[in-house]
Amino acid sequence: MIEKLKEILVEELDVEMEAVTLEAKFKEDLEADSLDMMQLVMEIEEEFEIEVETEELATILTVGDLVAYIEKKQA
Amino acid sequence: MIHAEILGIGSYAPEAVMSNVDLEKIVETSDEWIQSRTGIVNRHISEGENTSDLSVKAALAALKDAGMEAEELDMILLATTSPDHLSPSTAALVQKKIGAKNAVAMDVSAGCTGFIYLLDLARNLIASGSYQKILVIGAEVLSKHIDWTDRNTCILFGDGAGAAIISKSERNGIQDTNIYTDGDMNDLIVIPTKSVKNPLGAIEAEYHALAMKGQDVFKFATKVVTKSLKEIMKAHELTNDDIRWVVPHQANKRIIDFAASKLKMDPEKFYMNLDEYGNTSAASIPLALSEMKQKGLLVKGDKILLVGFGAGLTWGTALIEW
Repeated sequence: MIEKLKEILVEELDVEMEAVTLEAKFKEDLEADSLDMMQLVMEIEEEFEIEVETEELATILTVGDLVAYIEKKQA
Repeated sequence: MIHAEILGIGSYAPEAVMSNVDLEKIVETSDEWIQSRTGIVNRHISEGENTSDLSVKAALAALKDAGMEAEELDMILLATTSPDHLSPSTAALVQKKIGAKNAVAMDVSAGCTGFIYLLDLARNLIASGSYQKILVIGAEVLSKHIDWTDRNTCILFGDGAGAAIISKSERNGIQDTNIYTDGDMNDLIVIPTKSVKNPLGAIEAEYHALAMKGQDVFKFATKVVTKSLKEIMKAHELTNDDIRWVVPHQANKRIIDFAASKLKMDPEKFYMNLDEYGNTSAASIPLALSEMKQKGLLVKGDKILLVGFGAGLTWGTALIEW
C-alpha cells in the first residue's frame, strides 16, 4: 500500500520520490495546500476504496499519519 | 420537435475593479496566495447598482445582439442568489425597466448553476409550444452578502450579469440540457436570510454572510464536472476532439485544471475569465459566453459544452451548436 501511496503523492503533489518519507509534513515539506490535499483525498478514495472525512484531514499532518489513517480505514 | 437556439447574448459588470492588492489592504491575504489557490486577480464590485440594474444592462445588450425589441419577449427567467428583494422578483423589476410588457417574469434560485437551469427550462418551455422568445438572465451582486472581514470568502466573489435570448427555431441550437440537485449537501454553501422571530417563537440567530465549506465544495465540484461532462459527451457520441469549447462556471481555476486532467482534455478548451471577474455565481457562464462572442471565438457550427455547479447542491450541463 505504501508504494502505491508514494506513487500517488509524487504524481499529485509534483514532488520527488525521495522527498516522500513517513516523516515528511504535507504542508511544510511537500508544499501541499488545502486544495492539493483534496485532490489527494479523491485519488486515495478511488485507489484504496475508503471514504476520507474532510474534518479528519486536519489531523493528518505527515505521510506517516496518512498511512496510519488508510490502514485504520481498511481494517 | 420544436427546437431552441441562442439568438443573442450580452453582459455587464460594474466598472469598479478590486484587485488582489486592494484586498491585501482589507484582510490578511496576498496576491500570490489568492492567485495560486484560485486563479483570481481582479473582481468587479458594485458601487451601488443592484442586481436588477446589472440585469437590465446585460438584457439590453442581448436584445440588441438579437436585433429584437423587448415587447417581443413572452418570458423573463432570472437566476440569482442575490435578488434586489425577497419579493417582488428581480425579474419583475427587469420587466418594467426594459419595457417587456408582454413577458411573464420570475426568479429561479439554483446557486451558481442558475444559468444552466434556465437554459433547461427555456428549452423545454419552448419545446412545449407555450413560449417562443425567452430572456434568460444570470445576475449577482454577491458583494452584498460577503463578510468583508472573512479572508476565506471575500477574495472569491465578484458582481456581474449575463443575459441571452432563447428563441424558437428551425435549427437545433441548444441540443441538450441536463440539470441535477442533491439536497443532502445543502449546507456546503449557504447565504442565510432572517431566522424565525415572531410573537410565538424566537430563534435567536444573527444574520450571517455567505458561508462555504471550501474543501468539500472543491471535491464535489471536480467530481460532478468530470462525471456530467463525460455523461453528456457519451449520450451524444462525442469525443474530446468534437468539442471546440467547454465554458465552465468560473469558481476556481484549480477545479477546472483538475477536471480537465481527469477528462484528458486540453485545458485550453476550457474558456476562463475568472482572473478578471472572480466567481460571479449565476452570471459567470453567460458573462463568459458574451465575452467569447465579442472576441469572435464562437464560430457557427462549433460544439460547445457548458457546465455549472453550486449551492443546493446543484449542477448541470448543456450542449450547444453555435
